[in-house]
Amino acid sequence: MTPEPATARRASGDGDTVQADASVLLELYRRMATIRRAEERLSQLFADGAVPGFLHLSIGQEAVPVGVCAALEPADTVASTHRGHGHALAKGMALEGFFAEIMGRASGVCAGRGGSIHVADMSIGMLGANGIVGGGLPLAAGSALAHQVKGRPNVAVAFFGDGAMAEGALHECLNLARLWKLPLVFVCENNGWGEFSPLERQFAAKLAALGAAFAIPYEEVDGIDVEAVAAAAQRRIEPARRGEGPQILECFTQRWRGHYEGDPQKYRDPSNLDAARGQDALAVAAGRLAAQGIGAAQLARLERSIAEHIETAVTAARAAAEPDFETALAGVYAGGRAHG
Amino acid sequence: MIRQTMQEAIVAGIAEEMRRDADVFIMGLDIGRFGGPLNSCKGLWEEFGATGRVIDTPISEGAIVGAGVGAALAGKRPIVDIMFLEYLPLVIQQLGCDGGAMHYYSAGKARVPLVVRAKYGVGPYHGHPYDFHAWLMQTPGVKIAVPATARDAKGLMKAAIRDDSPVLFMEHMALYHGLRDAIPEEDYVVPLGVAEVKRAGRDVTVIASAAMVRRALAAAQALAKEGIEIEVVDLRSIVPLDEATILDSVRKTGRALVVQETVCFGGSTAEVAALIAERSFRDLKAPVRRLGTAYVPVPFARSLEKAAVPDDAAIVAAARDLVSQ
Ligand SMILES: Cc1ncc(C[n+]2csc(CCOP(=O)(O)OP(=O)(O)O)c2C)c(N)n1
Ligand SMILES: [Mg+2]
Repeated sequence: MTPEPATARRASGDGDTVQADASVLLELYRRMATIRRAEERLSQLFADGAVPGFLHLSIGQEAVPVGVCAALEPADTVASTHRGHGHALAKGMALEGFFAEIMGRASGVCAGRGGSIHVADMSIGMLGANGIVGGGLPLAAGSALAHQVKGRPNVAVAFFGDGAMAEGALHECLNLARLWKLPLVFVCENNGWGEFSPLERQFAAKLAALGAAFAIPYEEVDGIDVEAVAAAAQRRIEPARRGEGPQILECFTQRWRGHYEGDPQKYRDPSNLDAARGQDALAVAAGRLAAQGIGAAQLARLERSIAEHIETAVTAARAAAEPDFETALAGVYAGGRAHG
Repeated sequence: MIRQTMQEAIVAGIAEEMRRDADVFIMGLDIGRFGGPLNSCKGLWEEFGATGRVIDTPISEGAIVGAGVGAALAGKRPIVDIMFLEYLPLVIQQLGCDGGAMHYYSAGKARVPLVVRAKYGVGPYHGHPYDFHAWLMQTPGVKIAVPATARDAKGLMKAAIRDDSPVLFMEHMALYHGLRDAIPEEDYVVPLGVAEVKRAGRDVTVIASAAMVRRALAAAQALAKEGIEIEVVDLRSIVPLDEATILDSVRKTGRALVVQETVCFGGSTAEVAALIAERSFRDLKAPVRRLGTAYVPVPFARSLEKAAVPDDAAIVAAARDLVSQ
């Protein structure tokens, strides 16, 4: 998606309830709609057998990556999770390279070697999706350390799910970030589920209390409201950027789809699923846009252009070559092949 | 005899041992109420959940495997399901360095009867393929079981649960819900450290495990039409390695092809090849040959993944080449 950070960043004002001007909100809407439609398209492609691998979709959670990344500079860095499509697109990955990667083509941003679970692009500060729960956290800490020691005015963001709170990596990184006053923002996407089990059965504490234990400023936000997320992200990111040390933002959000595509969600009460789908970041934003004079017709035009862009990307990916095995063999080490 | 898939046979083996010995219990992520990914623990919650012997854990691999070691030291016989072998690196400390070394450092006073289960393998699910077992070959004290058939899987699981040393139990996803196998109805174990000749032949010994055994057997059929008879040795355990069965076969055929779904460098193919070179060099009519996955992280694109893993045709070609020497 083409990022326009300068415009979008204005979405975050000073107060809690931001009266963003309509063009900023419209841009946030466009980014969220791009993620949702791209993932809906992936869901179809997966069902048709055109996408290999496990596919973890972030449909329902779009306001978090979009709100957070709207408050980031291009040179800021983000570490992602197994549910990373939204992070990649919100940080500025182009749809063409994105679709080709997830479809395993040579023209993908990772030449088809990484796929959904390892998609990364250093040129936009996207350090990578990660198949290991909690795996991105230390990488983000190291990225923040590099920003700090190099004297760059940048921050790193560690996206992680609520399930990762049970991993030692989070607790070690909170400590390390606080000790070293790293420009690191911990962003928890709390959708209430880790795989097939609810959070209550997996985590005995609260993230807010962990923040307090380490004296790391903590803020929670309604992760369905993109303007609120953007504003809260701005409030957490700016102090980190000023050198005041790490920050925590916990976004309460909803997982609409199964843990992975094809998961029938039998473990989930239908009322839980209905409640999740009743919270729709796009609908919330559309309601506000309507109040500001941007009506359904204009959004429909926007949706059409998004759909066209996605189809162009999918068509190009379908037509693209399969990756070459010999080339891939030489790609393990910087500087060429070691052996075998 | 009953006919079961590998998944069914493994779960049946665990359930039988849980009925036999009240100290056996199982824990892991989503293994209880949910029944485990790919039904890895289907039915155990219903039978044993109420008595606290099937425990759902948070996503804390290091802690649960370490707790398995601790519970084993205190007299329990835990099974810890870490879901995928891809997560083995997160538990090498607890399983390999702590669990593996306890018996030795305590001069035999400490016992660690722990089984760690993990799914892996390139196959229908196209995800979490990594076979990292070689990491544990470097930590003396842990046994490694790697079944190729449902019958062996059940027997090896029961042997692993009864064993007083820690065991890594590997479950290949391409074999999991595949072919049904005839399983004896009576109690049986397949001892750890005993390989099996799955097919007899005079020309080439193919030493393989798990899904590669199936591929080797398929290759054997193709080669038989050309008059080449390969002998397929299924390792079944990587630690302890059944040196006698491997060497006996190589002495007979004079040719050895070692096949694994892992990179060759530093892994079990290297170990088997070194064993043959050291102990059976004069029996060889041709140099030992190895086939493994390409020396790359398992790639994502289907075409790359396919090219990275040895297939039946690669086994056929390598065996043919050995015979021509
Ligand atoms: C270390 C590790 N353990 C287990 C898994 C299997 N797994 C994949 S996603 C997931 C749940 C993660 O939950 P959460 O962090 O809340 O993210 P969500 O899926 O809700 O986005 C688990 C357990 C894994 N990928 N990595
Ligand atoms: Mg979650």
